[in-house]
Amino acid sequence: MTDQTSAAPAGTADTAKPVAMSTSSRGTKALGLLTLVSAVFTILYSFWFSKADVELGNTVRILYVHVPTVSIAYLCMLVNAGASAFYLWKRTAFPDLLAAATGEIGVLLLGLTILAGMMWGKPTWGTFWEWGDPRLTSTLLLFLMYLGYVTVRNIPAPRSARNTRSAVIGIISALLIYPVKMSTEWWGSLHQGRTISAPGASKIHGAQEFALYSGFLTFMLFAAWLTIHRFRVGWLQDQADATELDAVIADRRAEAGAEQFGLGEVH
Amino acid sequence: MWHDVWLVCRKDLRIEARTRVTLNHVAPFVLTVVMLFAFALDADTTLLRRATGGLFWVTVLFAANAIAQRSASVDRPDGLPDALRLSNLSPAGMFLGKTLSLFLQLTATELVLAVAMVLMYDVRLRGIALILASIPLGTLAIAAVGSVYGPLAAGLQGRESILPLLMLPALAPVLLAATNAFGVAFGTTVGPGWRWVVMLGMLGAIYVAAGTATSAALLEET
Amino acid sequence: MPLDPVIQLHGAVALLGQFPVLAGVDLEVGDGERVLLRGPNGAGKTSLLRTCAGLIPVSSGSATVLGHDLRADRRSVRPLVGLMAHTTGLYDELTAADNVRFWAEACRVDPADAAGAMDRVGLATRLRTVPVNRLSTGQRRRVSLAAMIVRRPRLWLLDEPHAGLDTVGRDLVDRLIGDAAAAGATVLFASHDLERADAVADRTVSIVGGAVAEDTGPRPADRTGADDVA
Repeated sequence: MTDQTSAAPAGTADTAKPVAMSTSSRGTKALGLLTLVSAVFTILYSFWFSKADVELGNTVRILYVHVPTVSIAYLCMLVNAGASAFYLWKRTAFPDLLAAATGEIGVLLLGLTILAGMMWGKPTWGTFWEWGDPRLTSTLLLFLMYLGYVTVRNIPAPRSARNTRSAVIGIISALLIYPVKMSTEWWGSLHQGRTISAPGASKIHGAQEFALYSGFLTFMLFAAWLTIHRFRVGWLQDQADATELDAVIADRRAEAGAEQFGLGEVH
Repeated sequence: MWHDVWLVCRKDLRIEARTRVTLNHVAPFVLTVVMLFAFALDADTTLLRRATGGLFWVTVLFAANAIAQRSASVDRPDGLPDALRLSNLSPAGMFLGKTLSLFLQLTATELVLAVAMVLMYDVRLRGIALILASIPLGTLAIAAVGSVYGPLAAGLQGRESILPLLMLPALAPVLLAATNAFGVAFGTTVGPGWRWVVMLGMLGAIYVAAGTATSAALLEET
Repeated sequence: MPLDPVIQLHGAVALLGQFPVLAGVDLEVGDGERVLLRGPNGAGKTSLLRTCAGLIPVSSGSATVLGHDLRADRRSVRPLVGLMAHTTGLYDELTAADNVRFWAEACRVDPADAAGAMDRVGLATRLRTVPVNRLSTGQRRRVSLAAMIVRRPRLWLLDEPHAGLDTVGRDLVDRLIGDAAAAGATVLFASHDLERADAVADRTVSIVGGAVAEDTGPRPADRTGADDVA
């Protein structure tokens, strides 16, 4: 997907490792193709082959996006929590990069969920927002929490400090998923709000059912494809920063005999 | 570990006693907010009385942000993070000590706030049991979040704006639960009030457990 | 060396972020030695002291301090050492006495020992109830020293202990170093006041570019601090 030009670390031009120039591979190309195919199916079934719902009318078509995005978002958040916890335990790069990737993609999917929900709301309720809808409100809360995660992830800071902090935020936010769902449901029931509910299992069949499952598959593949690319971008960023350790050590030891002015103590 | 909890809490409270930040800055801030809400809601007493629960807890959240930031900044200058790492204090003990100190300072602030609201919004106190149960539980949850995110944000650029971004969404469930508990107590909301208290307890337990578990990792990274 | 070495570093590399603050240090320090670290700014003296305190992770080579393997668990050695850095490590808003008592208790030492520690650093009684932010630099350093000696560390790590002190203060530091070594502690200190430091130290180690450049070697028999330097 992205072509990464790697800047050779300053001062070590002749010892720089060759760095991969792109995050795509045969695997991701295949995955991307599958995603596209699945998306085509989803679109076809959502808009063409399935009929408007008896109760919900044409707005049911938005649910084929809204329901999958929130489910896959939850999956991303859980993977993020697991990877964050594993990182705090073992301190290796893989779980940290996985957490970063799933955190960002989770935020993206949560945002899409909210947008789809709002699009569903306007024709149905007449308003873009319904506070009584627990899925909308809980998604908004989680969106804000993970936005905090991504923000902290992107603040310039020493790498291990940044990674540890965001891991803690990821874990706490995931622990809150269940309480958030519960509290927004209780709250929503007080307001007798009309809710967005997926067509019940007994009510959808045929083309509608297929459209929904197709939507799940599409977003799952899409999220996986994005995660892999985002993971690799993170990996490349880390590689670009990591200079050849031996060369840097040699440089450091070569300071012997050279005058050092105004460096101050390295703390 | 409990020795450490008490030692750290005493140290924080002693610093607060010397500097009086909560007393001199946060208490007036809280009173100002009470006034601002009255202006914003056009001094409509019926409305203010109905909204008391929500306004109380929102104000507590804002005060908690200020107190948490202050509490975290106390341990940052002059090589103190290194000194704390070199001591025999357990990270969990430090976290719980700070939580306790935040809890006590917040409770003092809430007292001031409660008195002000009762007087100025003409609140009729009812459902005292529910109120007295939800205040400490809600405050504990808020204090725990402040003790995790406060030091976490303190080490970062833009800490003043990062802390509310982290704390407030994480505390939104607490706000929901506490406001509804108050609402049931005052009779402005229907439904079983005690389930909200249970939720407050559950949230407090989650935050305290999460803070304790991550305290060692965060201590290394300040 | 009659006893196990207090510090054993072989090819120790310590990284701060991506930068090797220590680039392969070989150093053995025995019990009771007083070792002076010298070298240009940025050479790694502070980093060496902090690594021995278990504050900086050692990424390769071997590093054992007071019998604790720093690569396996660097936190376990921390309560056993005393580090005095450029910063005070004191709470500005608390009094000197409050600080020393807090740090004593934080290191599981009886807070009543605080008074004795403050006596040893010559902190006047009237100053002990003054908040630290109202003390002069020299007085603050004395409080930091008191906070360190109250925990009776087996390894003293001092980063330019003479800085900011007048002659009386510097004499005090020298005396404390001597007393510490006599009581069985080991002292590793960095100083730019070479004349004074040479008199106090048994041994001088030069650090350049994150590694040991010169080492005068241990003089175990000589505890009076003779001033001949190799």
